[in-house]
Amino acid sequence: MNKPFTLLCSLLLASTAALAQVSFEQVLKPDAAPGNWLSYSRSLDNQRYSLLDQINTGNVSKLQLQWVWQAHTLEKFEATPLVVNGVLYTVQAPNDVVALDAATGRIFWTYSHQPAPSRTCCGRVNRGLAILGDTLFMGTVDAHLLAIDAKSGQLLWDATVADAAQQFSITMPPLVVKDKVYIGTAGGDLGIRGFVAAFDAHTGKELWRFYTIPAKGEQGNDTWSGDSWQKGGASIWNAGAYDPDTNLVFFGTGNPAPDWDGRTRLGDNLYSDSVLALDADTGKLKWHYQFTPHDELDYDSTQVPVLADITWQGKPRKVMLWANRNGLMYVLDRTTGEFLLGKPYVEVNWMDGFDSKGRPHRTPGMVPTPQGTLVRPHVHGAINWAPPSYSPKTNLFYVAHWEHSGIIAIEGQFPQSVGINTRQTTMSDAALEPFFNNEDEARGVIRAYDPVTLKPVWEYNLGNITWGGTLSTAGDVVYGGGKDGYFVALDAKSGKLLWKASLGGQVNAGPMTYSVNGKQYIAIAAGTALFTFALP
Amino acid sequence: MRVHQPLLLLVSFCLLAASHFAVAQHATGSDVFSGEQAYQNYCANCHGKTGNQIANIDLGHGIFRKPYSDDELMNIVMKGIANTPMPATPNMSREQAVQIVAYLRSRAVLKDVGAGGDAARGKALYAGKGACTDCHRINGEGSRVGPELSRIGLVRTSDQLATSLLDPNAEVQPNNRFYSVTTRSGQHISGRLLNHDAYSVQLLDDKEQLRSLMKSDLQKEEFIASPMPSLRGKFDDKELADLVQYLVSLRGADKP
Repeated sequence: MNKPFTLLCSLLLASTAALAQVSFEQVLKPDAAPGNWLSYSRSLDNQRYSLLDQINTGNVSKLQLQWVWQAHTLEKFEATPLVVNGVLYTVQAPNDVVALDAATGRIFWTYSHQPAPSRTCCGRVNRGLAILGDTLFMGTVDAHLLAIDAKSGQLLWDATVADAAQQFSITMPPLVVKDKVYIGTAGGDLGIRGFVAAFDAHTGKELWRFYTIPAKGEQGNDTWSGDSWQKGGASIWNAGAYDPDTNLVFFGTGNPAPDWDGRTRLGDNLYSDSVLALDADTGKLKWHYQFTPHDELDYDSTQVPVLADITWQGKPRKVMLWANRNGLMYVLDRTTGEFLLGKPYVEVNWMDGFDSKGRPHRTPGMVPTPQGTLVRPHVHGAINWAPPSYSPKTNLFYVAHWEHSGIIAIEGQFPQSVGINTRQTTMSDAALEPFFNNEDEARGVIRAYDPVTLKPVWEYNLGNITWGGTLSTAGDVVYGGGKDGYFVALDAKSGKLLWKASLGGQVNAGPMTYSVNGKQYIAIAAGTALFTFALP
Repeated sequence: MRVHQPLLLLVSFCLLAASHFAVAQHATGSDVFSGEQAYQNYCANCHGKTGNQIANIDLGHGIFRKPYSDDELMNIVMKGIANTPMPATPNMSREQAVQIVAYLRSRAVLKDVGAGGDAARGKALYAGKGACTDCHRINGEGSRVGPELSRIGLVRTSDQLATSLLDPNAEVQPNNRFYSVTTRSGQHISGRLLNHDAYSVQLLDDKEQLRSLMKSDLQKEEFIASPMPSLRGKFDDKELADLVQYLVSLRGADKP
């Protein structure tokens, strides 16, 4: 190799080495570079709140489309992109990673993973990536964890997390803490035994695994009758959170299996429908809280945990806010797991109160029966998996969810819809259909809640149901969308509609924002495309 | 014309035999091209793209378990080998089998530059005298400026690799072309071309940064020669064989 070129390359290497990409410190403290978006909900507390305020209540009505990227897939687009220094990374379902110019949407590279045959309960989808250093991490529908070079799109390592032939799949975004990558699997409805595992970010070696269902001899196994614990579900299939003050990672767990018939799994079925607080280094369980003991209504608790520091009864308190699929909203002490407050935030008829420890009291008879029982909320929940937002500026918790939803629960069968219009049950529509509300139908709303009282402060009626999340910004704007394909910008303090765009496909993801060269963009996936907006 | 029956039979037999035996000798470039396509479809899954994925067989250099005639090879391609993993391919036409044999015979004339090379010595040359890590990356180590080499042994033959080492510009894959732009403000940027369209161009620049530029902001843009220097005159035949052998051995990282 000739000397000048070698010298040039050496110099370049030196300068490249100095260009450290994404350190964990940057992931942990994203406010230092607010133009980036370095984790699923931007920050590991999952507040999905951005300091960017170029777009604000005074000018959001002028938003214009900047570019659209069409995914070459018919699967739902559920991923939230990452943005690192002007490069946007997202997932084309099921498992193609693409790197785009965040200012124009043009492609740098595509990494294509060909999954082995696998079965997913609810679509071959993916909710996003994680990044550390120059490495992107992605879980796959055939239950692998991949590490991909962020500059070149080359595969660095491929770790088998579980056997896809045994009904395991991965749809969640990985969580990165320090030098570890955490991933769980879906498949709880199909009779797996759920777990979350930590992998070495550099080598892909599995470091530890925490099973969400205790084995024989472990504490909590006696909450499962017989051998039901072996295939009891409780899978972890959505984003986790991290609290650096306690070094705890938090994950929500899914429903116990079988879904609609608890006769073979008598007991509380720990740790299904729970939030788990694990030591980030060792995976040891520090505390748990079970939202729905002995669930027979498919109320997964895999919602995105939102961590906030609020004033509670006159004192600062580190809490966890949780809008659950079971129709209840919670405030928990995230250091101890103490139940502070729980309230229905939609119509709920399966429970009618809590004891002092936060255990729900079941309404007699509100269980699946051979004849069918009308239970509220719906099987898809008051909210399912979509990420909410918390603004430390307004101190409000923004949740997009379903109001007035219900389902006929039948013992051992998938439930039947209520009313004449069954469209409220659809999960996978990427195209839009006419939707005619009547008094029996659910509707979608974006609501702002006071995290101290859990009382709604304002509501915006989306009309149709929603599978989308929310984003709040320092510009005092809240963004969200719904099944009818509208993407809206609301005043964060009043809920007033400030701007809307018809995207022609249902919103199935959480909105996000970033900036490139001083220009703020708002991005949202709808249908099978990613749309970005900015001021003229 | 009246022809004796035995003579007609003999002529027909000879014609048939000639057409049967002459498939490889008289193969056209089109046969070889089609044969490569068919090989990649039917054979590469087990034998590898370059034909050396199975121990003691290197189809890319005409190395079989034992010498075979064209007929014998066609028979194996179509009917497999009993009691071995080599399967029959019932859907393959005779024409395709002829083309595959033509392709394999065309590979056999290539010199295996890596023959006799030592991969361990080649690895040392790669990191040392060759300074290849300055531009290339293997399993996460090295620069991204040049083509990534972690799996190069699966996609390039030893003779192709040797050609690239001795004459880097002889054949550059589309995704490895270098591009240079000059912005209207006079900034020069060059790197590996990732994508371009009517209005923009995307590069991995020589600082390993992903760059996207609007063509309206450029005063000049052009393909440039590969910055890869030739090893001709710098590596002797033995060193070249060692390096090639090392590159051929690169087939992706082990599973963690």
